[in-house]
Amino acid sequence: MANEGVNHGRRRFLTATTAVVGGAGALAAAVPFIKTWLPSAKAKSAGAPVQQDISKIEVGQMVIAEWRGQPIWIVRRSPEQVAALASLNSRLRDPESKNTDQQPKYAQNLYRSIKEEWLVMIGVCTHLGCSPKFHGEIKPEPFDAEWKGGFFCPCHKSRFDMAGRVFQGVPAPTNLKVPDYHFADDKTLVIGVKPEGAA
Amino acid sequence: MATSRIQRAVSGLQEWFNYRAAAFGPMYRKHMSEYWAPKNFNLWYYFGSLALLVLVNQIVTGIFLTMHFKPSAADFAPGISQAFASVELTIMRDVEWGWLIRYMHSTGASAFFIVVYLHMFRGLLYGSAQKPRELVWLLGMLIYLVLMAEAFMGYVLPWGQMSFWGAKVIISLFGAIPMVGDSLVEWIMGDYLPADATLNRFFALHVVALPLVLLLLVVLHLAALHEVGSNNPEGIDIKKKKDANGKPLDGIAFHPYYTVKDLFGVGFFLTICAFVIFFEPTVNGWFLEHDNFIAADRLVTPAHIKPVWYYTPYYAMLRVVPDKLFGVLTMFAAIAILFLVPWLDRSPVKSYRYRGWISKVALALFAFSFIWLGKIGAGPGTDPVETIVGRVLTFIYFAFFITMPLWTKSDSTKPVPERVPAHD
Repeated sequence: MANEGVNHGRRRFLTATTAVVGGAGALAAAVPFIKTWLPSAKAKSAGAPVQQDISKIEVGQMVIAEWRGQPIWIVRRSPEQVAALASLNSRLRDPESKNTDQQPKYAQNLYRSIKEEWLVMIGVCTHLGCSPKFHGEIKPEPFDAEWKGGFFCPCHKSRFDMAGRVFQGVPAPTNLKVPDYHFADDKTLVIGVKPEGAA
Repeated sequence: MATSRIQRAVSGLQEWFNYRAAAFGPMYRKHMSEYWAPKNFNLWYYFGSLALLVLVNQIVTGIFLTMHFKPSAADFAPGISQAFASVELTIMRDVEWGWLIRYMHSTGASAFFIVVYLHMFRGLLYGSAQKPRELVWLLGMLIYLVLMAEAFMGYVLPWGQMSFWGAKVIISLFGAIPMVGDSLVEWIMGDYLPADATLNRFFALHVVALPLVLLLLVVLHLAALHEVGSNNPEGIDIKKKKDANGKPLDGIAFHPYYTVKDLFGVGFFLTICAFVIFFEPTVNGWFLEHDNFIAADRLVTPAHIKPVWYYTPYYAMLRVVPDKLFGVLTMFAAIAILFLVPWLDRSPVKSYRYRGWISKVALALFAFSFIWLGKIGAGPGTDPVETIVGRVLTFIYFAFFITMPLWTKSDSTKPVPERVPAHD
């Protein structure tokens, strides 16, 4: 029956439809495989708020808490460190924290915090996720002769001031991120929950 | 009598096979005993077969390592993961000869890149990427790409400080992609930071998926090469002059001539590797970084994060560009542009031996910039002068490729002889 009475149009149609249906099936079958790579239910549920006792933190000292597997810096800034912040504006990329992704509304101010004294920040460089080092003292550093205290990332040399604001001319694109937090009382900081009534 | 019976048995067996697997004989001849390789291969031509040897070493030692390795970030003891303990305690200290297998594997990883880099440089030196070997070059570049992914994931497995922070930095590179970046990073890690899920999937990819891809690509690389034939240091097409039987006059059989030559290379190479494995397996932090002998701590970044030496030229580019997205793009473009060499090289001759001084200077400059970038990428990166130097070198790196069509075309050339010249 070789080539007699072959309906080429029908063959092409059947080949095309089979290919389309088969391709759609293959795509659909790929979805579960791809989705297995998403964070599991267990990983997602590990993100509960944490509390930190701050009554024993000295002026100028930094304490690192852990929240969602990330280092959370809690720094009690000295008045000198706070006073120096405004003088740095011209050297910063986003001195007024206009990038609203990087802090909650209630921390969008010169100090990038709820209280001037207390800095609370996710200690993860916005460049490639390293954890910058704390260089709190106001003194010349090898990476900056006019250093007013802040953070220096050892990985790719990004610099941030004592409010986590990024300097110009470094690879990190944005200011460090401020997590949601509030003060439950004078001694207790809660990370992961915004203050009551805050937007 | 007895002899003839044995002879009959052997020929019977041969017949049995020939009837059922008739393709084997011709295949053996095509790729071994009648693969006519140019007679003038030199030292540079060792590195292809050595790469194959290292691949076999990685697979064999890798299989034995999986028998003791535990791909888990769960605690073995406070602050020490199961994975770290299974490498540093079980394999390195408890398992008999485990340290040897591990050091063969870790030294093999660096050795792999040494021979591959030399192999690639040979290609540039003798114009091996030119027509008709474009496909051979492309497949080779794919091997290089997969090899980098394979080595990266392997480096994460011991779950030391560099494993963890290296993984964090490299995966974060994908976060630079606009819109989807952050969710992509989360998808790759399977968590909000490199965690157990990340370690498990990297293990699966490192020991099963990527080796399969790598083997397939190696087979295709060789098949594509044997289709068009090997280039040689003179860049002469030996297929143009053949004898009455169709054998190139300047060709010799790959087996036994080059199998024997390559075996000599293997002996020399293994001697060097054995020295490293037995006396200096970390090569002072170059093959295995000091910080990776410390268990991963997700709250403390090591003072100097740097990748293993074979990535450092690209890492330097990432670091000297003062913008995240552009830095990542530069780094990936530096690898991508290598794929284009067959079409960027417009020289009418293949080998540098017949090219003019511009080509020689350009190639030397390129090699120099690549090595110096590697040195910068391996350093602490605190020196601002070094950042400027790094930018200049990155410029040279890209300029080499982008201007290649111009200088390869306009450079003077010497006439290429028809036959491979005899040496005195």
